[in-house]
Amino acid sequence: MSTLLKIRDIRLEGRSDEQWNPIINGVDLTLQKGEVLGLIGESGAGKSTLGLAAMGFTRDGVRISSGSVEFDGIDLVNASAAVKRGLLGKRIAYVAQSAAASFNPAHRIIEQHYEGPTQHGVMSKADSIADGVELYGKLRLPNPDEIGFRYPHQVSGGQLQRAMTAMAMACRPDLIIFDEPTTALDVTTQIEVLASIREIVEEYDTAAIYITHDLAVVAQMADQIKVLLKGDEVETADTRTMLAAPTQEYTKSLWAVRSFERPTKPAVNTGAVPVVSVRNVDAAYGTVPVLHDVSFDIHEGRTVAVVGESGSGKSTTARCITGLLPPKAGEIAFDGNVLPADYRKRDKSQLRQAQMIYQMADTALNPRMSIGNIISRPVQFYTGLTGKALRARVDSLLDQIELEPTQYYNRLPSELSGGQKQRIGIARALAAEPKFIICDEVTSALDQLVAEGILRLLAKLQDELKLSYMFITHDLATVRAIADEVVVMKDGRVVEQGEKKAMFTPPHHAYTDLLLSSVPEMDPDWLTNLLQERGVDNIGDAAVDKM
Amino acid sequence: MMTILWIAGVLLAILAVAWAFRWAGQKATSNAPGFRDMPLSVAFGYVFGAALLIWAVRFYFQPTQTEQGVAVASVMFFRWAVQGLIIAMIAAFAFKQFGKYVGSAWSRKLFRSMPLTASFGILVIILYSIVAIFAGAIAPYGQAEILGAANVLPGGDPALGGNPDYPLGTDNIGRDILSRLIYGAQNTVGIAFVTTLLAFVIGVTLGFLAATLGGWLDQLLSRGVDVLMAIPSLIFALLLMTIASVWAPRLGIPLTFFMVVIIAVIDSTRVYRLARAVALNIVVMDYIEAAKLRGEGLGYLVFREILPNATAPLLAEFGLRFCFVFLTIAALSFLGVGIQPPLADWGTMVRDLAPFINFAQFAPLAAVTPLLAAGAIALLTVAVNFVVDWMLHKSSGLKE
Repeated sequence: MSTLLKIRDIRLEGRSDEQWNPIINGVDLTLQKGEVLGLIGESGAGKSTLGLAAMGFTRDGVRISSGSVEFDGIDLVNASAAVKRGLLGKRIAYVAQSAAASFNPAHRIIEQHYEGPTQHGVMSKADSIADGVELYGKLRLPNPDEIGFRYPHQVSGGQLQRAMTAMAMACRPDLIIFDEPTTALDVTTQIEVLASIREIVEEYDTAAIYITHDLAVVAQMADQIKVLLKGDEVETADTRTMLAAPTQEYTKSLWAVRSFERPTKPAVNTGAVPVVSVRNVDAAYGTVPVLHDVSFDIHEGRTVAVVGESGSGKSTTARCITGLLPPKAGEIAFDGNVLPADYRKRDKSQLRQAQMIYQMADTALNPRMSIGNIISRPVQFYTGLTGKALRARVDSLLDQIELEPTQYYNRLPSELSGGQKQRIGIARALAAEPKFIICDEVTSALDQLVAEGILRLLAKLQDELKLSYMFITHDLATVRAIADEVVVMKDGRVVEQGEKKAMFTPPHHAYTDLLLSSVPEMDPDWLTNLLQERGVDNIGDAAVDKM
Repeated sequence: MMTILWIAGVLLAILAVAWAFRWAGQKATSNAPGFRDMPLSVAFGYVFGAALLIWAVRFYFQPTQTEQGVAVASVMFFRWAVQGLIIAMIAAFAFKQFGKYVGSAWSRKLFRSMPLTASFGILVIILYSIVAIFAGAIAPYGQAEILGAANVLPGGDPALGGNPDYPLGTDNIGRDILSRLIYGAQNTVGIAFVTTLLAFVIGVTLGFLAATLGGWLDQLLSRGVDVLMAIPSLIFALLLMTIASVWAPRLGIPLTFFMVVIIAVIDSTRVYRLARAVALNIVVMDYIEAAKLRGEGLGYLVFREILPNATAPLLAEFGLRFCFVFLTIAALSFLGVGIQPPLADWGTMVRDLAPFINFAQFAPLAAVTPLLAAGAIALLTVAVNFVVDWMLHKSSGLKE
């Protein structure tokens, strides 16, 4: 094996507030031909910046302040624009996180595919198209002969991500940088993309840097793992060594996140009136039906996890419960009393009973309001407290979510981290003193360590305040951690529901089984075994379609 | 034909020099990235700019009079323009330095990050406001006062047809131009400000309501606005002003009042469009949904949740809209249906003194008189746009 990429003591700086702040503080990286390196870390650790620097490229407002990047003997830091133009796309390729945002919507997929090879003079247009079709076949895209001639919006997210991988492969590069290629995808789709990326990288002996925050994913893909924390390297090791025996505290904490699990609660008394009961709800957006006969109950002090892929109707169910989308048929009952379908017809005491915590804390908090105002408004609105009593209540809410009141009261949301913002969202929901809270993918935008903190906080609050949660998520690790009951949804129908324990032990409904088995595990052989088990043509989307 | 060849020759020469410049740069700096990756087009730009600068400096130092003693207007005007630009730059720089060290911590930080254009804009706006507010105290004469001599040239030099009592000269019926410019600031700028404010109150209120409530109200308002916008605004304003000029004396209401309302309504359609578009992006946010689910009323939603998040684009639009309103008023006054004499107004002043522009070739000083009012309009428009650009840049969060 020979060394393909050698990065030595690289330092990158970003410009903000009129000064240069360090992003990467002296990281070394060596990549052999055909080797896959996993780069993991929290958001803000500098993973993407380092990945781009490996191409000799920096985003606007970022610069390489010192260090060297040597690609196959070429010094990329000092290379001229012309030399880089000759390399990028041809010998070094990049696969971005969001394929949907990275394809030009005005051109067919294949037109964007052959651009690289023809520009670099690697292949003629006709050859490149033929080669593209072959690559699509290898990446197991449906109808490889025809799919390239569609526009990006005409194919699904997972397919687009694979088309992008094919595009990166078009010139048969020596190195591909994958920047979180599966983060935006559902578990069942993710497997497909992972399997095809791994296969094609192996087949052409391409070296790759695989950037992700998901340890289980990186375990499947990488030969070597490098852990980054705030621009510093924590440790680097062979994948199996790293998984078996991480040496650094930070790495261990990353590994330990998945161990959080609440003790099982006793089963509900048969006669108890559920806090929320969804009864035979049908709903539609305009004339497009979304929900079909959805029914489930949520009892006091319990967490019901609603799982399913995107588009399965999880969030729509939440909108029906809150009254934002009045159901076409069926009803929503609260403590046994049927609520008006439209939220505008509900009175204050009905509205305050059901609160919501949103996925994106950024859009859920008004950026122009201080934290104090955001929390005190619902307190004032529902309880009528003013002056000192109001302030005391807000302070106690901030205490409950484990943020220091004097320090945070006057801050704006933009001055908080993602996890802190999510905590403010929780405090706002608590301010109404509800019995029931809908958590809509509250941890999916957060790093694992932060997400775990939020889950622990929610669990603590549930014990203290006897809250009931409806927990919408697509992440089964979260379900395992926090749920008491599970409702599995697919295409707007409830496929299966029951106690968590029963749900996680076979036999399952076929779809539940598929979901469960698609969650990546930390075992590096997991993907290989799974693919053998399922057979090549029966993974991910293909398996869903067969049901 | 010769001209085309001549231009092509010059361009080719510049291109050759550009190539040599880049080559020399590469050799001299031993291939520093700046020169190494410089496209030829950029090098061409540098050389072209340098050539232009050399030509400008040469032109500036040409004599202002021919040997026969006739003034050369082009050189004179060019000199004035360059001098004005340099004075403006010095004033803007001094104002920025002043702002950096005086004022609250917040304003000092603001001035430190401010481009020179924005500080120039703010300086001009402050000066205009002072002049407009204290017009009565500053102006040497009344705005309608007819003094002895008509058509006194500006400059105050009796040898050139001026009079030190009227530094900017007098107009065709003998009113002091300086005084009228100062009162014009009060009339034109004041009325434009009130009009813009009214346009915003109407446009923003309706736009936010349409975005928040949606449904038939949105359809009704939006289609109504479409109809109003389909008619060319100046012609529409002219038409309505003509009607109003018949009504005004009958009803005993000043015509200016009608003008303010008419322009405000016409301009509020543009404001409505913007306010609605901005608010539509805000109402889909989760925090609005949270407020709706809390049971908040319309007033709270509009004023506490939406308005604070829409201020940046609306403020920027206010600056821009102010310029348009101001130009519309000047245009209407120029056409004779705007601000009525004897009130001083810059648009009317340009119209009244416009014929003097024909003397530019022979008597540059005489041609200056209509340009003074036109320049006052232009300066304010440019200043406001500088400030608006800066505010938009700040609110968009872009980094350079």
